[in-house]
Amino acid sequence: MNAVIDIFASAGLWAAVLRIATPLILGTLGALLCERSGVLNLGIEGIMTFGAMIGWLAVYNGANLWTGLLVAALAGGVFGLLHAALTVTLGLSQHVSGLGVTLFASSFSYYVFRLLVPVAGTPPTIEPFQPIDLPALSSLPFIGPALFTQTLPTYGAIALALVLGYVLFRTPLGLAIRMTGENPHAAEAQGINPMVMRYGAVIFGSALMGVGGAFLTLSAFNSFFPTMVQGRGWICIALVVFASWRPGRALIGALLFALFDSFQLRLQAVLGGGVPYQIFLMIPYLLSIAALVLMARRARVPQALMQPYRRGER
Amino acid sequence: MRFERREHRSVALVIATPVLAVLCALALAGILIAIAGAPVMEAYWRILVGAFGSRLSATETLTRASPLILTGLAAAVAFRARLWNIGGEGQFYLGAISVAAASSQLLAGLPSAVQIPLLLAVGAAAGIVLLLVPLWLRLSFSVDEVVTTLLLNFVALLFVSMLIDGVLKDPMAFGWPQSQPVADDAVLPKLLARSRLHIGLGIGFVLAVAVHLVQSRTVFGMQSRAAGLNPAGAVFAGVPLGRTLVKVACISGGLAGLAGAIEVMGVQGYVTTDLSPGYGYSGIVVAMLANLNPLGVVLAALFTAVMFVGADGMSRSMGIPTYIADVTVSLSLISMLVGVFFTQYRIRR
Repeated sequence: MNAVIDIFASAGLWAAVLRIATPLILGTLGALLCERSGVLNLGIEGIMTFGAMIGWLAVYNGANLWTGLLVAALAGGVFGLLHAALTVTLGLSQHVSGLGVTLFASSFSYYVFRLLVPVAGTPPTIEPFQPIDLPALSSLPFIGPALFTQTLPTYGAIALALVLGYVLFRTPLGLAIRMTGENPHAAEAQGINPMVMRYGAVIFGSALMGVGGAFLTLSAFNSFFPTMVQGRGWICIALVVFASWRPGRALIGALLFALFDSFQLRLQAVLGGGVPYQIFLMIPYLLSIAALVLMARRARVPQALMQPYRRGER
Repeated sequence: MRFERREHRSVALVIATPVLAVLCALALAGILIAIAGAPVMEAYWRILVGAFGSRLSATETLTRASPLILTGLAAAVAFRARLWNIGGEGQFYLGAISVAAASSQLLAGLPSAVQIPLLLAVGAAAGIVLLLVPLWLRLSFSVDEVVTTLLLNFVALLFVSMLIDGVLKDPMAFGWPQSQPVADDAVLPKLLARSRLHIGLGIGFVLAVAVHLVQSRTVFGMQSRAAGLNPAGAVFAGVPLGRTLVKVACISGGLAGLAGAIEVMGVQGYVTTDLSPGYGYSGIVVAMLANLNPLGVVLAALFTAVMFVGADGMSRSMGIPTYIADVTVSLSLISMLVGVFFTQYRIRR
């Protein structure tokens, strides 16, 4: 029991929570935005992988870290365009198109990485984002090291959750996006073009997923390796349901999730060899399933989610 | 520009679609090969040679196709009923590890004729169990099975990793995490001497025909298709939706578990965490390329196997990353989706 208290009393835990949560916040917000407009984007896992690869590759080749994030966002947007073309223009199955995008984006990232980065014993590294020193805040006892020793993209991700919440629920644009996700026919009757809304939401949402992936290689780690996204994309899809499609709750969900994850990492270190480490590694996935079971009935799904919209067809 | 539903779909168009989709994917992959600075036509030639150039490579391609037929069928059966089983990879691994456990712990010593069918059944049962969990979550809590089956893939792989690092670890493997080997009596008979080709290929063929007959000739087949085309309508027409989906899940999960079983009993002999180069995920592509037709799955599995085995050979001689195979296969999935759309719709100005 004392060991558990020690874990929660260490500033390192709370610092790790924010670090682990960042890619989840970005991915969940991206998936949430897509789904609010009525498009499920299962391309997320592959888009995060591609973002992680291309952002890292840009920096490895001499680009600035922020340029790396921008490149990842643009690449994510391009895959979003592909997904939107398949699901919005053609109205194909969103499940299968998304899986197709994931399979393509991840294998394409491995191909590009292998082609451009020679095989080496130790993976090549870059100089990642450094924690920034906030005057006064970072030097506070406990709270300073726990909450205010993050890299800038982490603060950016948290701010983004608030901004997205504001845009979705307090602006005409947000209303138009949500309306498209609930009832595209009614939206069209109001002079909103559902096609434009869906394209925009999917492209922008996918760009966020790309940035979420790039955070892994540019801030959390400093190198890229295949399979590094490790199902984070799928976890984000579960978090969207857990968050009932609300950005604020998505932020809380991702933080809670990261808390469990960093707690289990430390518990693993304390308990040592007694319990197989794989048990701990299963926890995030089982937790996501549990979150789905808990919320699936209660959540209010956007009514037109996964329904293609064709003008004049019902 | 808008799309208009075609009044009727010509058979020629339906058959031509996968061919065109594959050609389109190959053309796009060719651009990537060209960017890598290699002669494109020669690369394709090397892929063909790598897949069929010798007795060894041809049997290797067929060996690779065997589990793909089963995982492809698993996806095709489930998708037909709109049961989104994306968990083929996890079911494959759970099937494989159950076979290794049963063979080394429980059934050792039984004669081949008894042990092999029992082990195949064990593998299938393991796959079924792993798919029934997400189906139960869907039916009782309306949890989307896409995400749960995907997440369970990771859980299953970690579970296997735990077992082969723990209770099922082979003490003779110099510390490598691999399972105890299946008994000699449990090794699947070879189809061809001096090759790795085993009767799993035959099992795949037989089951493809069986699934085709079940889907086209039985009431259950009709009900499962109805459940996929229009669940509400199916219920209204008296189709027991839950029961139908459970049966579909048993077939689908069983096929994926069986794929793991034949791979461990026919090829590797023991389980490692790299037993499958993504057979479960490739099965989804195979099913879509076949347009969910069980007989088409055999051809689509063959194409996928050719790409993977051929790209291995091509990669060694030309320095193109083997991932080109994954890229081509996933591109053919996307092209196929678009192709199928245009068999159903035409463009009108």
